Amino acid sequence: MDFSYSEKEEAFRQEIRDWLAVHSRDLPKWWFDPKLKRPDTDSREYHDFGVWWHKKLYDDGFVGLNWPKEYGGRGATLLEQVVFSEEMAKARVPGITNTIGIGWCGPTIMAYGTEEQKKRFLQPMLKADEIWCQGFSEPEAGSDLANCQTKGVQDGDYWVVTGQKVWTSGGQYSDWAILLVRTEPDAPKHRGLTFFLLDMHAQGVTVRPLRQMTGGSEFNETFMDSVRVHKSMMVGERGRGFYVAMGTLEFERSGIGAAIGRENTVEDMIEMAKAMGKNKDPLVRQKMAQLFIEGNVIKYTGLRALSKQLHGMTPGSESGVMSAFGMEWNQRANDFAMQIQGPYARLMRDSSYAIDDGRWQHSFLRSRGNTIETGTSEIKRNVIAQRILGLPRE
Amino acid sequence: MNFELGEEQIMLKNSAREFLDKECPKKHVRAMMDDEKGYSPELWKKMAGLGWQGLVFPEQYGGVESSFLDLVVLLEEMGRALMPAPFLSTVVQAGRAILLAGNEEQKKEYLTKIANGDLIMTVALTETNGGTEAADITMKAKPADGAFVLNGKKMFVPDAHAADSLIVVARTRNTARKENGITLFLVDAKTSGIKIEKLKTMSGEKLCAVDFNNVSVPAANILGTVDKGWQVVKQVLEEAIIAECAWMTGGARWVLETTIEYAKSRVQFGRAIGTFQAIQHKLANVAVEVEGCTSLTYYAAWTATENDPNRALAASMAKAWVSDSYKHATFEGVQIHGGIGFTWDHDMHLYFKRAKHGEIVYGDGDYHREKVAQLIKM
Repeated sequence: MDFSYSEKEEAFRQEIRDWLAVHSRDLPKWWFDPKLKRPDTDSREYHDFGVWWHKKLYDDGFVGLNWPKEYGGRGATLLEQVVFSEEMAKARVPGITNTIGIGWCGPTIMAYGTEEQKKRFLQPMLKADEIWCQGFSEPEAGSDLANCQTKGVQDGDYWVVTGQKVWTSGGQYSDWAILLVRTEPDAPKHRGLTFFLLDMHAQGVTVRPLRQMTGGSEFNETFMDSVRVHKSMMVGERGRGFYVAMGTLEFERSGIGAAIGRENTVEDMIEMAKAMGKNKDPLVRQKMAQLFIEGNVIKYTGLRALSKQLHGMTPGSESGVMSAFGMEWNQRANDFAMQIQGPYARLMRDSSYAIDDGRWQHSFLRSRGNTIETGTSEIKRNVIAQRILGLPRE
Repeated sequence: MNFELGEEQIMLKNSAREFLDKECPKKHVRAMMDDEKGYSPELWKKMAGLGWQGLVFPEQYGGVESSFLDLVVLLEEMGRALMPAPFLSTVVQAGRAILLAGNEEQKKEYLTKIANGDLIMTVALTETNGGTEAADITMKAKPADGAFVLNGKKMFVPDAHAADSLIVVARTRNTARKENGITLFLVDAKTSGIKIEKLKTMSGEKLCAVDFNNVSVPAANILGTVDKGWQVVKQVLEEAIIAECAWMTGGARWVLETTIEYAKSRVQFGRAIGTFQAIQHKLANVAVEVEGCTSLTYYAAWTATENDPNRALAASMAKAWVSDSYKHATFEGVQIHGGIGFTWDHDMHLYFKRAKHGEIVYGDGDYHREKVAQLIKM
């Protein structure tokens, strides 16, 4: 057991720090000061800001660290990715944008796509010239993803797609989507789906933002009315879409950035508790310490999983076991942040006397989605029980 | 960077598992609960033959000179087997204190005997109020003619009934800062004026009340420096906490694995109860907790091995988490086993009781969360 980094990794760390020292000065003042006005996170302005920062990172080779060099990535080692996430999180700067594309769609195309698809899509995806979203969920296919109803009918070289997707994150700013379509209505439900790449600007595609409990709109409904998708946009084989989608969902990251994010959250909450005069309250101290401990549980369990990956060992029970716990941590932390604020917890952004301009109120509301998106915590517990612990399905 | 066990540690783990499966079955554990000594001297000797008691001591004192991390690996296996022996008291508490603070002569004398399996020791720290803070140490040691005279009562001293020698933590001076004025004494358990009473415990752990009535200890038996004993106690406590966490983690993993197997095989309503989500989600939660035990314990063991400045924080984080998790695992273990889990015959209650002991020793979750709050400058 050894926590030290090699010289090569430390040199890379220095390179990132040097880069951040120069470029983080270009970030708008509101990024670092919660008391200043900022654009809504779901606004076009905020999206454009994300793309602007992304391109800075891209120009100096800090996007697609884990992507192979042949696709424009850096081909960085796992540990270099860890170092990068650490430094970005410690500096509290924005991450990359187009995360669904780079994290999920890109790796799926690399693993299952044709040469033509790789040539056409990967480079603009990495540069955030084309923004990607994911079209899996439907009104009748939430946790039961294989129950997808969106229909695809073959017509010469095209597939004609009709149906509705829901919870399309960032759909309103997206150029392309990965899409799950039922092409074999008579096959068993897991075997009747095909995976496509959809042009979000194609005729027949309508995107309608959904207003969520925060008041903002990160998610959308996406309607497809006889949209013609060329057969060259198929990823993997006909009828194998469900398995391609399952592969997509397995591209996970080290989680170290999130771990430092949790440390930052606890640090901010301690500051807030001190400012509110609550830091001497033994109950507040107990809860804060528990959050800190839980954050470390997630962090070091993640590092154990990472170590196994680094040394080419088969992942064990430490891998994936924290998925639901991490999301629930975020909910507990934000709920507690509200509690610390007492009566001020009700004051929203733009109100006089709102603490940190309502930052915590927003994250409190937003956090309720955490145990639903990317799989509900109930489904995640089923997965732990069945796949990790080996309990029988039936 | 590597945050997993190395090859040698895996070998140690496997050979310890094999040895304990054979030498320390539950029948032995149960027999020792009622045994006067509470451990088997033959088994103790066999363990010494494997180098276990001397694992973390230097070669010059008959030790193996392995790291604290290796010890943690071994302790996990002992905790899994519920090994009844004065190992934590002799090796982790007393042995580490002597290694840390002893002079050459003391180290040679005591550590060599411990490593050879010829000496049982313990540390008499806690008093009637049950605390482990410097301010909780009130027992007096007064200088008199080149010796010190000890008077007072120590409580919950592990394995004192079997110990050849005790390390006694006593106050030699009253100062405003309670950390000052504490001294450690090496005391022969047969010294006149010592009365040891073995207490009847829930888990079968051997805990004793030890009375000191004008017990005279030669000044040569001081361990470390007069009035400066607390620094030693503090480090030994942190290491003992990490050791206890390893022991508990091993037990918690047994509970999880045993309960999973039961849920797979127990059939009700025509199906294995492990197919029910109510059971699956309980076990998924326990799995999260047990993985967390391993993660925080290994991290804490790493800080102990490296003498890292975060050792106190890591030890308290681990103890808070493991205390709650092991107990919770056994609560669910009993529940999922149903009626059979409530019987004396099933082994679950042995772990249940050991988890309760482990939760309390060196401070429970609430106590260590407050420590964490202090250390993160809340």
